[in-house]
Amino acid sequence: MTAAEHAIAAPVSRAVVAHAIAPRSSGRPWTFYALCTVFVFYVLALYGPMICIYILSFQDVRGGLVFPMKGLSLHWFVDLFTQVRTGDVKGAFERSVKLAAIVTVATVIFSFLAGLAFRRSFPGDGIVFYLMIGSLVAPGLVLSIGVGLLLHFIGIEGSWYTSAVGAQLSWTLPFGVLVMFAVMSRFDRAWEEAAYDLGASRWQAMRLIVIPILAPGLVAVALFGFTLSYDEFARTLQTAGSLNTLPLEIWTMTLNVTSPSLYALGTVTTIISFAIIAICLGTIATIQKRRASRAPTG
Amino acid sequence: MDLGPGHIELAGVVKSFDGFINAVDGVNLKIPDGAYCCLLGPSGCGKTTILRMIAGHEDPTTGEILIGGENVVGLPPVARRTAMMFQSYALFPHLTVRDNIAFALRVRGLSKAARYRTADAMMEKVRLTDFADRLPAQLSGGQQQRVALARAAITEPRVLLLDEPLSALDEHLRVQMRQELRAMQRDLGITFIHVTHTQLEAIALADLVVVMDKGKIRQAGPARDIYDSPNDRYVAEFLGGQNVLSGQVRTVNGHHAEVAALAGSGIRVPLTPGIHVDAGDPIAIAVRRDDVELVRPGKAPAADTVALAGKVTGVEYQGYFVKVLLDAGGSADFVAYVSERKFFSDPVGIGEAVLVTWPIEVARLLR
Repeated sequence: MTAAEHAIAAPVSRAVVAHAIAPRSSGRPWTFYALCTVFVFYVLALYGPMICIYILSFQDVRGGLVFPMKGLSLHWFVDLFTQVRTGDVKGAFERSVKLAAIVTVATVIFSFLAGLAFRRSFPGDGIVFYLMIGSLVAPGLVLSIGVGLLLHFIGIEGSWYTSAVGAQLSWTLPFGVLVMFAVMSRFDRAWEEAAYDLGASRWQAMRLIVIPILAPGLVAVALFGFTLSYDEFARTLQTAGSLNTLPLEIWTMTLNVTSPSLYALGTVTTIISFAIIAICLGTIATIQKRRASRAPTG
Repeated sequence: MDLGPGHIELAGVVKSFDGFINAVDGVNLKIPDGAYCCLLGPSGCGKTTILRMIAGHEDPTTGEILIGGENVVGLPPVARRTAMMFQSYALFPHLTVRDNIAFALRVRGLSKAARYRTADAMMEKVRLTDFADRLPAQLSGGQQQRVALARAAITEPRVLLLDEPLSALDEHLRVQMRQELRAMQRDLGITFIHVTHTQLEAIALADLVVVMDKGKIRQAGPARDIYDSPNDRYVAEFLGGQNVLSGQVRTVNGHHAEVAALAGSGIRVPLTPGIHVDAGDPIAIAVRRDDVELVRPGKAPAADTVALAGKVTGVEYQGYFVKVLLDAGGSADFVAYVSERKFFSDPVGIGEAVLVTWPIEVARLLR
């Protein structure tokens, strides 16, 4: 194109572009506002009840269990960790975290292995899949009673680190497997084959290719495992044995504690849950960032 | 006898995935060392399965695969000294270009310095030095292909296997990368086996074109043989460029068979050695589209030509030639490629009657 032709062509194309991206003269349709209202109510319904608890936990010594809010202090948080009458919160918390850690590790390992197994179809894979997912449908409380009954029948004493682990896995594993399947669906088997083609052993392909590529997904599975276990109530109720996990402890407290320290506990556990989610998401983000930023440093 | 390291022989290779259907059904093939071979066929014809069996990602159900004269069935890819370039390239998404290319050296246990030295030299060769620290997702399709090529070539294979290497690229880039592949093959001097379903790609690149259908080889030979002298109807139709007419043999004399086409007068066809025909046999013949000449009715066709009455059903301008679609010789999709200048010196329009002619000697009997 010569300079003269450019001069002619340029204004024309600019005019065309300007026309194409000109905003529509009418504003948003009424449906936008209707749907916005629905969404606001949805969010309120989701978080409103929890937010009530958090707000009421910051009352001062005069505080009660219902609105209106009386004063503003950290009194009930102090109370939570100093008063014995509220129960064994510290012990329950430690047990819950340990239990969640055990369950998380088991969930990650078994979900990962299940994900690997389902990379290709095998005879009966459908049945195996539904067997794994089926326990999601079983009512937790009934399952818990069943586990308790069975243990009693066999003559084994249930405890939070044995029977409760098993009962919780019946809940976290199906979720872990489902998340893993979603992760695996984006895993290209050709990556693995390429690794073998280039001379990698099975173990090298696993260590250098499969696990690094799936790492963010594995963190997500861990997150699911931890939060599901940490909050689990129904399946733990009849299987935890003589010592309570945190959700069981909170439930007990609702029966005999009539102070906002109950709410303070709710706030603290929520903060811990969110902290764990933040750590996991942070880990995923770091993995991805490190990959992207390896570029300039080389 | 020394066959050369990259000589490949398939002997009676059969592959069945389910025990009922043979994806590869008794393939015998010899590929000379240092050849550029294209396996050509529609999807599901078994060409990729053959490639994967040579690579060692599948094992044949029966049969032998020899590379450089030794049977490699059961050996892992590295031991075969083959390298594969996967269809979507299968670049490791979490590794930089340099680490992707150096991967084969890494798993061999080379130190970081040593493997980066070799990888950097390889990147220089394929003009990727500027992209060494990028991730695959940050590269264009053509660059990704070069990374895949470099990653495979760094293992110093004696055979490079390419699974539809150009299918992920757009038309323009495809032609360009085709050249690069061929240049790379000349540079490396190793056997390339390239799987494709695109006829033009195969005949443009290959020393040896292998046309496949339903797990069997229909014809294998130099590109020009395949295009110009197809053995059978399938090859003629798959390669395109040929008109295939069906009919019945009317008479056979010493040199020519006369075929009674479905419409019009008989067509004389030279006999092909090795194809035995008798009067009354059903037969198919092939005539290259660019051998066909269109003559106005009333004008006398040249001597020793076949002339059929036909009707123009479509005209497509293709640039340096014009594609004229015709209803002639009992075929509703008869095509003539007329050079542009010739066509426009006396253009025919849709619906016009023409004589479709070709010299007797250019037509071929098909099996």
